[in-house]
Amino acid sequence: MPKKLPEYNASSLADIAFMLLIFFLVTTTMDTDSGILKMLPPPVPPDQEIDDDQKIKERNIFIVLINKNDQLLVENKPMDIRDLKQATKEFIQNPGRRDNLPEFKETEVPYFGTMMVSKQIISLQNDRGTSYGMYIQAQDALAAAYSELKNELAMRKFGKIYDDLEVDQQLAIRKIYPNRVSEAEPRNYGGN
Amino acid sequence: MGKFRKDGEKEVPAINTSALPDIVFMLLFFFMVSTTMKETDLKVIVKTPHASEIKKLEKKSLVSVINVGEPQKNYAKVLGTEPRIQLNDAFADVDDIGDYIEAERQKRDEKEVPFMTTSLKIDKNTKMGIVTDIKQELRRVSALRINYSTKKKVQE
Repeated sequence: MPKKLPEYNASSLADIAFMLLIFFLVTTTMDTDSGILKMLPPPVPPDQEIDDDQKIKERNIFIVLINKNDQLLVENKPMDIRDLKQATKEFIQNPGRRDNLPEFKETEVPYFGTMMVSKQIISLQNDRGTSYGMYIQAQDALAAAYSELKNELAMRKFGKIYDDLEVDQQLAIRKIYPNRVSEAEPRNYGGN
Repeated sequence: MGKFRKDGEKEVPAINTSALPDIVFMLLFFFMVSTTMKETDLKVIVKTPHASEIKKLEKKSLVSVINVGEPQKNYAKVLGTEPRIQLNDAFADVDDIGDYIEAERQKRDEKEVPFMTTSLKIDKNTKMGIVTDIKQELRRVSALRINYSTKKKVQE
């Protein structure tokens, strides 16, 4: 008969594990950093002059101004922040092909063939006195407008939402709806 | 049908605790993998705004953080309540950001430098003036990938 191994006393194992557990419990911070990812434009050389071809036609620019009281002026009309997303979507799509909304350019896009791509540009300008919270809300609304358009198109063409598409399919959609949110070089709009 | 013993033995049987370490280890592993060590003490009050179009920041090792907000109460006597910038563990000025980014770049591999992201943790009541200054400074040192740190907005 083989000799039975003596059982070892495991009662203190729990204590050791508890000690480690408590250490990790107190040092844990659960926050995952998330936010709106942006690329800043590269610095502009001070002596740069704007050529004529670089200038953008008035109708292609969607101007969003935020003043120091956090009020919105969109295309020279006051607007509530909640309406900004819808207005942006309408501007980018220009469904009625109206003259005061952006022009289109025929572009060859993989998967889609020849598409009319809007020449839109969105210009977001803020005062030094604008609150950061408001600025983020505006950025968020613009980003939401783009992502909804992308999702709608992805759904129509591929039957999936944008995030689930293959990389080259995403690229094609990005070609049709390129994110063009530009922030003006900072200026002081007087009065602070 | 049960058998009831009534033989004078009053001793309570010991609870078998051999599974206790397993349970504790399970918890332990959970916290071990989900832990991120707190690197700096916040000296400014930061309540980031809410937004819906957010993405998770990947590659935490490539993120440098800039905190902006009102100084905590115990510093407020000296510094007032104007929003201040905090880099690492100390209050800083806009001019220090260039050096800070440079120092962060030195710590990383040269190949990783283009993928470095600056996370801006800014209190929502901060005025854009200081934010614009920070952004201009980041552009000057070509730290162009930025992330406006926000919380997930609950859909209404």
